[in-house]
Amino acid sequence: MTAEAEYAAVPISVTVNGVKHDAMVEPRMLLVYFLREQLALTGTHVGCDTSQCGACTVHMNGRAVKSCTILAVQANGAEVKTIEGLANGDNFHPVQEGFREKHGLQCGYCTPGMIMTAVHLLETNPNPTDDEIKHALEGNLCRCTGYINIVESIKWAADKMRKG
Amino acid sequence: MFPASFGYVAARSVDEALELMSKHGEEAKLLAGGHSLIPAMKLRLTSPRTLIDLGTIPGLRDIRTDGGNLIIGALNVHADVASSDLVRKHLAGLADAASMIGDVQVRNRGTIGGSVAHADPAADLPVILTALNASFVVKSMQGSRVVAVDDFFTDFFTTAMNANEILTEIRVPLPPAGCGTAYAKLPHPASGYVVVSAGALIMRQASGTCVSARVAIGGLGSGPIRAIPTEMELQGKPLTSQVIAAAATKAAEETDPDGDPYASADYKRHMATVYARKAIEAAVERAAR
Repeated sequence: MTAEAEYAAVPISVTVNGVKHDAMVEPRMLLVYFLREQLALTGTHVGCDTSQCGACTVHMNGRAVKSCTILAVQANGAEVKTIEGLANGDNFHPVQEGFREKHGLQCGYCTPGMIMTAVHLLETNPNPTDDEIKHALEGNLCRCTGYINIVESIKWAADKMRKG
Repeated sequence: MFPASFGYVAARSVDEALELMSKHGEEAKLLAGGHSLIPAMKLRLTSPRTLIDLGTIPGLRDIRTDGGNLIIGALNVHADVASSDLVRKHLAGLADAASMIGDVQVRNRGTIGGSVAHADPAADLPVILTALNASFVVKSMQGSRVVAVDDFFTDFFTTAMNANEILTEIRVPLPPAGCGTAYAKLPHPASGYVVVSAGALIMRQASGTCVSARVAIGGLGSGPIRAIPTEMELQGKPLTSQVIAAAATKAAEETDPDGDPYASADYKRHMATVYARKAIEAAVERAAR
């Protein structure tokens, strides 16, 4: 078998932010690059080489995951939500609002990942303590803010979401 | 960074995966959660020619009791092991350990089977599974066999599995009444991996005497190490804090870990005794409930 045939592109079908995409991908294509380069959804960021920083965090089948450590082929048949899928038209998701209200970002590079992890947290724990928020963010690193306003932003959002 | 080119095949059953392994030979690797494999491939530490995806196999995700065992399918992600009612009820130490792996996102993808088969000396599950006297069902084209945990972790990143085998199930004996299990970990502050850790399974009589103990230590060797001197110091004794403390001081006996830039060998050996004490105390407290 020739090398090209062995490493052949694979067809995948992935639903991203509610839209189904059929694509051919190299097996080695990481989900984060598929989202950014093939689907032009550049809100998900590549921050490190070591699966530590969480700037690449998206939701896959309802769970927060690091898209830099998932192959696009592993997302075949999956439902993926990115930061672009959070707002409802012109209406920000409460977590996005919280980051605005409480100045939860400076450069903004970690922010989409922080928000996606926070959204997942609040879906399963609507009234988290500060400690629970901090533990939930262990997989998301920020070099700018020192994290305090990130926690405040998420608390603000949790309050808003509980009040409905 | 991204991996070198490789071919990808999706298995739809364990039998199909075994056939694919036979067809693609040594240059193929198995993909489960991929949270040890893909980082290694991105750094080009490993460049397999073919990946055989086990994640596309439906099943292998049960958590159920069967006779005297808790059976955990190999493809269960750590988050599901940590949150399982059965695990939390019967094997709290396993829930502890699974909840301390990596971070939220990693726990949503990494699998118990992958962690066990990868046998990272800095991993959590091999340590607690050693304390819990687990066994592992591995399947080849010739059939299934069961390997006890004490025979399983043979060296750094090395297990008793053969190259033609797939781990399908983790079996953990259900501890009888009067038992408590716990896991305590000193994580590396950046990576979160184990610097040292301890898992404990303590069986306690109502009078407070220790019937039996299994204590495993991580971070001091090429795999989990049973702290036999500690276990012997507990057996038959009243489980007071003094007895536990004295037993824990032996947790690093006859170990010879390497030092590293974060933790010297002496520091690791000392912290092993500290974390052994934490794990034993927590297990005893649960046993007494």
